[in-house]
Amino acid sequence: MSPGAKITKTQEMVYEMKVGDVMTTDVITVQAKDRMSSLRDVFRENRISGLPVLDGERLVGLISLEDFIKWLADKQDDCPVRQKMIEEVAYAYQDEPLVLAISSFEESGVGRFPVVDSDTGRLVGILTKGDVIEGLLKKLEIDYQNEEIRSYRTDHLFTDLEADETTLTFQYLVKGHDLKQAGTSSSRLKRTLNRLGIHPDVVRRVVIASYEAEMNLVIFTEGGKIRARIQPGEVLVQVEDSGPGIADVDKALEPGYSTAPDWVRELGFGAGMGLVNIRKCADSFDIWSKPGRGTVLKATFFTEEDKNETGRSCKYTRSGSDIGPGKPQQRGDRRLCKRSA
Amino acid sequence: MTLDEAREILEAEVIVGSDLQDIVVEMGCGADLMSDVLAFVKRGALLLTGLTNPQVVRTGEMADIVGICFVRGKRPPQETIDLARENDLPLLTTELAMFESCGRLYRDGLRGCSERTG
Ligand SMILES: Nc1ncnc2c1ncn2[C@@H]1O[C@H](COP(=O)(O)OP(=O)(O)O)[C@@H](O)[C@H]1O
Ligand SMILES: [Mg+2]
Repeated sequence: MSPGAKITKTQEMVYEMKVGDVMTTDVITVQAKDRMSSLRDVFRENRISGLPVLDGERLVGLISLEDFIKWLADKQDDCPVRQKMIEEVAYAYQDEPLVLAISSFEESGVGRFPVVDSDTGRLVGILTKGDVIEGLLKKLEIDYQNEEIRSYRTDHLFTDLEADETTLTFQYLVKGHDLKQAGTSSSRLKRTLNRLGIHPDVVRRVVIASYEAEMNLVIFTEGGKIRARIQPGEVLVQVEDSGPGIADVDKALEPGYSTAPDWVRELGFGAGMGLVNIRKCADSFDIWSKPGRGTVLKATFFTEEDKNETGRSCKYTRSGSDIGPGKPQQRGDRRLCKRSA
Repeated sequence: MTLDEAREILEAEVIVGSDLQDIVVEMGCGADLMSDVLAFVKRGALLLTGLTNPQVVRTGEMADIVGICFVRGKRPPQETIDLARENDLPLLTTELAMFESCGRLYRDGLRGCSERTG
């Protein structure tokens, strides 16, 4: 796996994969010779904003809900759909690399493309941004249905692959006091980050931090969630719960401070080093807490690892191996500290 | 050294894992505090510990260690074994105590996680 500054694996995939690999094949269509009045039920039953119009199996146009409403309002004759459809339709070819379709989405602002067979002009499917994302995740074996992508929103998740603006958000729910499950969220996050081709040293830092935070959720709270946002250049981890909160955050951040009960110590936790570890692993760290309200912890990890042996100057230097006993972080602004090189 | 060499030095029994001769142990670490492991252990380490709960395996998974050896003849519960299998993380157990285990490995050339290697 190449050291991933960006989501290189995803980018490779959009070149390799074809529109036909991810499109939806189940398409609702109308025939050009159908009467306009027949569209009423189709639009009502399917809640869609546009329908591909076919002549036999060939794509000949598109009729939108707007066109249909206009036709209704104008009380025009019940003509064939052909007379009201738009003939200039943006479509994609089944065998075209995904990356081309993605840039067409961006350029045209169109939300869906009919997909046609490049030889016959036959309509074979339809492609939305959602199909693209789902297809990519499936290929990465990230089970987005059953697992963790809850805050899945097409427009956010995926803005413009070409412009390196890929954002993926994964969310994991953590149960409080459930020791059997403790660590499963961080374990899944690890698998996902690895599959996205993030550099192993970065993955390690992220999951060590998320695991410490997950243990805190399990030990001290009734549960909470871990959210990881993965975008080019960085991974953002946000861990939040709604209670009990921390009365003195500065104190909690001190090495060795712990209110953990004995059963936690028996597990090898509760040494008061969790938050210290999280801060050490992260490139920037921020914690907010209020007794009775809850705790929100945010940690950012730059995915641009120092991979220059040649001495080219680089924004920031770090390798997994300097996690360890070392200089204490500067005191100063302890709640929000950007890591310095 | 390889994990199999470490096993021999520790006279350890294998609970989970195979082909230990193919696994390289870069360094060693003896700890019962998982936060310490997470903070100080480096990728490629062998962890010696007296704890046997599943969180030890989780910790190993997050920290990218290559194996865990329980000291003083401790045997992990089934859930720890299951999790180790799932994660493909070798588990060993030795009758030796922590001090002696670490001492033998160190004597035979395995370095600690705080030392510079290479
Ligand atoms: N999410 C949380 N909710 C409430 N208290 C917390 C939370 N996270 C940490 N704390 C408090 O901060 C202390 C220090 O946390 P940490 O550094 O992880 O050490 P430890 O978990 O070993 O006690 C904990 O003992 C606990 O009192
Ligand atoms: Mg903790």
